[in-house]
Amino acid sequence: MKRVLKLLVTFVLIISIGMVGTGCGSKNNNKKVLNVYNWGDYIDESVLEEFEKEYGIKVIYDNFATNEEMYIKIKSGGTSYDVAFPSDYMIEKMIKEGLLQKIDYNNIENYKYISDNLKKLDFDPTSEYSVPYFWGTVGILYNKTMVKEPVDSWNILWDSKYKGKILMIDSQRDSIGVALKKLGYSMNSTDPKQLEEAKSELMKQKPLVLSYVGDEGKDMMIGEEAAMSVVWSGDAVYTMSENENLAYAIPKEGTNYWFDSVVIPKTSKHKKEAELFINFLCRPEIAQKNAEYVGYSTPNKETMKKLDPKLVKNKALYPNEELMKNSEVFRDLGDSIKLYDTIWTEVKSK
Amino acid sequence: MVEKAIKRIYTALLFIFLYAPIGILIIYSFNESKSRGSWGGFTLKWYSELFKDEKIMTSLYYTIAIAIISSIVATIIGTLAAIGIHKMKPISKQIIMNINYLPVLNPDIVTGVALMTLFMFMNLELGFLSMLLAHITFNIPYVVLAVLPKLRQLNKYLSEAAMDLGATPFYAFRKVVLPEIMPGVISGALIAFTLSIDDFVISFFTAGSGVSNLSITIFSMARRGIKPTINALSTIMFLSVLILLLLINKKSLKEAKKK
Repeated sequence: MKRVLKLLVTFVLIISIGMVGTGCGSKNNNKKVLNVYNWGDYIDESVLEEFEKEYGIKVIYDNFATNEEMYIKIKSGGTSYDVAFPSDYMIEKMIKEGLLQKIDYNNIENYKYISDNLKKLDFDPTSEYSVPYFWGTVGILYNKTMVKEPVDSWNILWDSKYKGKILMIDSQRDSIGVALKKLGYSMNSTDPKQLEEAKSELMKQKPLVLSYVGDEGKDMMIGEEAAMSVVWSGDAVYTMSENENLAYAIPKEGTNYWFDSVVIPKTSKHKKEAELFINFLCRPEIAQKNAEYVGYSTPNKETMKKLDPKLVKNKALYPNEELMKNSEVFRDLGDSIKLYDTIWTEVKSK
Repeated sequence: MVEKAIKRIYTALLFIFLYAPIGILIIYSFNESKSRGSWGGFTLKWYSELFKDEKIMTSLYYTIAIAIISSIVATIIGTLAAIGIHKMKPISKQIIMNINYLPVLNPDIVTGVALMTLFMFMNLELGFLSMLLAHITFNIPYVVLAVLPKLRQLNKYLSEAAMDLGATPFYAFRKVVLPEIMPGVISGALIAFTLSIDDFVISFFTAGSGVSNLSITIFSMARRGIKPTINALSTIMFLSVLILLLLINKKSLKEAKKK
């Protein structure tokens, strides 16, 4: 009994000593700190160390898995993140709700390296709140040995030849968006009639679908368990490097292209440091490190010159304008998102 | 004979279903390739990378620190509470027990959001302290539920007898009651410890910047793909629990033989 007690006391002591060392950094407001909230595994972590060394600012780095998760944490106001990385439609929503600060672009001189056609997009029309971090597309990843015909249209996902060989993405906006695009509607449609049609398309497709997948879809494609899959472009590049039978196509009807951008939440207490950090991320060498680590498309035109030319020529990563002609960025749908919720629940449950 | 074979097959199947996923995970922690779709050869690099990965190591540190502190505090409070409840009149006991059941049956997400709202209301900045308080809070009812049955088995007059012999109430509690209910206290502490390590939802809502435990860290990897380092970490955790169990079993076997 006594020995157990002694052990416990030592444990608590060790922990409290450790606490002093690591835990309390965030409470000290005088010391220069920067709270970063990013997607999991979405930065080359050596970049953070470099930033710490160069500016003497301590980076506290946290991860989230979905936009909605991040939104809750920032909206509740209990934590003060200085920099966050939401996607397009979430940025629009956060701007509408006044959760973001305007960025002072005088402090971000490296902003000039960002491609002009990726600025002033619909979700942030004046480009006052966000700086693009990565972007990408949604398309069809297919196995060349199993699919002989050309893949250039979403229709192929409805071809009964491939029954039980098709993977759909387990994400309501993306999957319903695919059905809408197939029908020739906008991916941001809020028209109940069009959505009803999209729903019946998905219902028709359901018997052909092997499963609705998240991250595990990548492994199923590498393992050749399925013939084709709806994927994000970065995942496509990764899977193609693991299995050379795979190829990626953006259908001619157009697709969704998405952005993850850097923003400064209203609750931030270290705006100066946040702007330094954003400027740092836009530096071509730093953006290159991140692009090589993460594998998605960089919005930085200087970085593109530095990257392996093979990557830049890869149409999955950097599609030409012809391919992008009919494509759209997701918008915040407001209350209509409930329609999407019910449709997706019905499709998946029946 | 056939019946026996069926029973054996049934048990074997049961254990295969329970352990096959863990087995696969362990195998893939030695996989050279990052993908689970292909085998790239044997390697130990994920283990060395694991110890270099600062993010995972700090999460592990927070997970264990919070699990240990919260289970100790919850065990102390829970045991005292159980003794108090045990001595109550039947009606108030019933009421208190129902209140105690509520957090157990309540969905985690309700508890998580409620605690977050409470902390915001109290102007407590979310961080290590808030997460620790949350873990203590949701652990206490389980400790109470583990200790109460032991108290019911206890002879009512045991502590009275001790006090008749001159023990102070606290001395009687320490020397007579506590050793008797120890198995309940220990199982309560173990439940609290496991629940704390396991919890995601409540931790997610009550953690602040810079503080995240393993479950939050691993979940946040879900979109980009779980790194094989997590397989290595899980393997280590599984093996340490296994070894611990074996040691405890061996010890209790020895003790049983002595008796």
